[in-house]
Amino acid sequence: MRKYELKLGTATREAWGKALVELGRENPNVVVCDADLAKSTFTHLFQKEFPGRFFSCGIAESNMVSIGAGLAASGKIAFVASFAAFVINKGFEQLRVNVAYPNVNLKVVGTHAGISLGEDGPSQMSAEDLGLACSLVGFTVLSPSDEVSMFALVKAAAAHVGPVFIRAGRTKVPVIYGPDQKFEIGKSVQLTDGNDVTIISHGLMVAESLRAAETLAGEGISARVIDMHTLKPLDREAISKAAAETGAIAVVEEHFVKSGLGVLVAQVVAETNPCPMEFHGVNDCYAESGTPEQVLEKYHMNAAAVVETARRVFKRKK
Amino acid sequence: MQKTSNVAELQDICRKVRRHIIEMIGAAKSGHPGGSLSAVEIVTTLFYDIMRHDPANITWPERDRFILSKGHAAPVLYSVMAECGYTPIETLNTLRSIGSIYQGHPDRRFIPAMEASTGSLGVGLSVGLGMAEAARLDNSPTRVFVVLGDGEIQEGQIWEAAMYGAFHHVDNIVAIVDYNRLQLDGFVKDIMEVEPLPDKWRSFGWHVIEADGHSIPNLQAGFAEAAATKGKPSVLLAHTTKGKGVSFMENNPKFHGVAPTTEEVALALKEIG
Repeated sequence: MRKYELKLGTATREAWGKALVELGRENPNVVVCDADLAKSTFTHLFQKEFPGRFFSCGIAESNMVSIGAGLAASGKIAFVASFAAFVINKGFEQLRVNVAYPNVNLKVVGTHAGISLGEDGPSQMSAEDLGLACSLVGFTVLSPSDEVSMFALVKAAAAHVGPVFIRAGRTKVPVIYGPDQKFEIGKSVQLTDGNDVTIISHGLMVAESLRAAETLAGEGISARVIDMHTLKPLDREAISKAAAETGAIAVVEEHFVKSGLGVLVAQVVAETNPCPMEFHGVNDCYAESGTPEQVLEKYHMNAAAVVETARRVFKRKK
Repeated sequence: MQKTSNVAELQDICRKVRRHIIEMIGAAKSGHPGGSLSAVEIVTTLFYDIMRHDPANITWPERDRFILSKGHAAPVLYSVMAECGYTPIETLNTLRSIGSIYQGHPDRRFIPAMEASTGSLGVGLSVGLGMAEAARLDNSPTRVFVVLGDGEIQEGQIWEAAMYGAFHHVDNIVAIVDYNRLQLDGFVKDIMEVEPLPDKWRSFGWHVIEADGHSIPNLQAGFAEAAATKGKPSVLLAHTTKGKGVSFMENNPKFHGVAPTTEEVALALKEIG
């Protein structure tokens, strides 16, 4: 099995901020709106270099989404950013009627997603953002797993014509990819070759899934780990192939299990090659304050918990 | 289309637009006549006199933008745009029927010349601000006109937008409030009073212009004042009568969202002339 060093890198929110600056240098048409969280969302890097193309909207996320839609409708490559919880929940109606419905080319970035932001607690956490984003017609929905994939996928999102939601995290995450890795919207990355069980994941749980795969390998279970960085459009081919070839799938994510990647994968599996599945994520509850490590451990978002889920689905194979 | 500043000519277009509104809502057997009729002079004056636009070149980057944020008044926009030559007049009476470009509320998928799909109240002013900001960034002469309902401004996002417009000195946008004092459930003052409206907008940093929203010279003067106002956004409070032009619809909350019967259509057309 291919080994991954998984050295700690930067947070995906920082990688997104850096990619944004590079986009700003490449294209004078790139503009950014933020709602008083520029220092947290890392849009302050863009603001510093391109103050004339940065629109401070104050603490008014709904207004920000609609203004972004207006900028995009006038031909700008517009990005709006806030915490995922706020831009998705407070901006949802605006995302529906001003962005999705007229199919406006707006890029929406939600940082501090999931429960791993830790200390600030559930009002700032977001375990429903991807489900809501996927319900928006015509949206592309991305949840990159490390700094390399985030950087590349932000650039891919800018090049893509159509609305995009990108999920970023607050905490530093391990680096999975080498600098030359290529990423394509809608095309997952198979990180390990395994035939006993498949672990499909996105965001920070991809690294935990890789660690889990190593433990499983020690037990003689070979796990195929797939980084499903694009939730919409979904890589159906990789899913149906994994279902056929491994016969057991665990979907692992830092999101509500009832509305995340798991249900999307289950639909493909049911339609193509039905096989046992397990769903590993945030159950129907709001988490709590703590350090990111403490919160992740308490809510089963680590490699040890993933190992248990993978074993469970492996045992269910006939 | 032939643009004009001539008041008699504009009034004649308004008469045709009122006829279209009654006929199309009558044919559809549903729709919002009251708030469409109150905005006839506003929308007609903008499209025929004030705005820089070209029905033959709908993607002209430097065109002015119009957003009907009170999207339920779609029939007035459809009628004026059809008169301008954007869309066919012959099919106006397909309003709200399956496959028609004249959807229940403005839908850009069917009429790309409309700048925004609207119908969910309270969001149009913000979209207009984004367009105005894009124009300023491009040093474009584009100006943006957004028609709001007086009931609509009960939505909180309007005031988020108002704060933004003044703070960023967005002076290439004009908000027009179709101030007809009625909303679906009754009189604005009984549902959720919005007064004192001039003071509210002024305190949010906007240049406030008041006009008789059925007087074309009044509207023309108001839009000229807005164009001459630099450094801050302008709002034109257009005092109007809901259902204007049809006696039994005027100031009658019933005709916010109820279509006239066949007999009422005939009566209304006779009154409009």
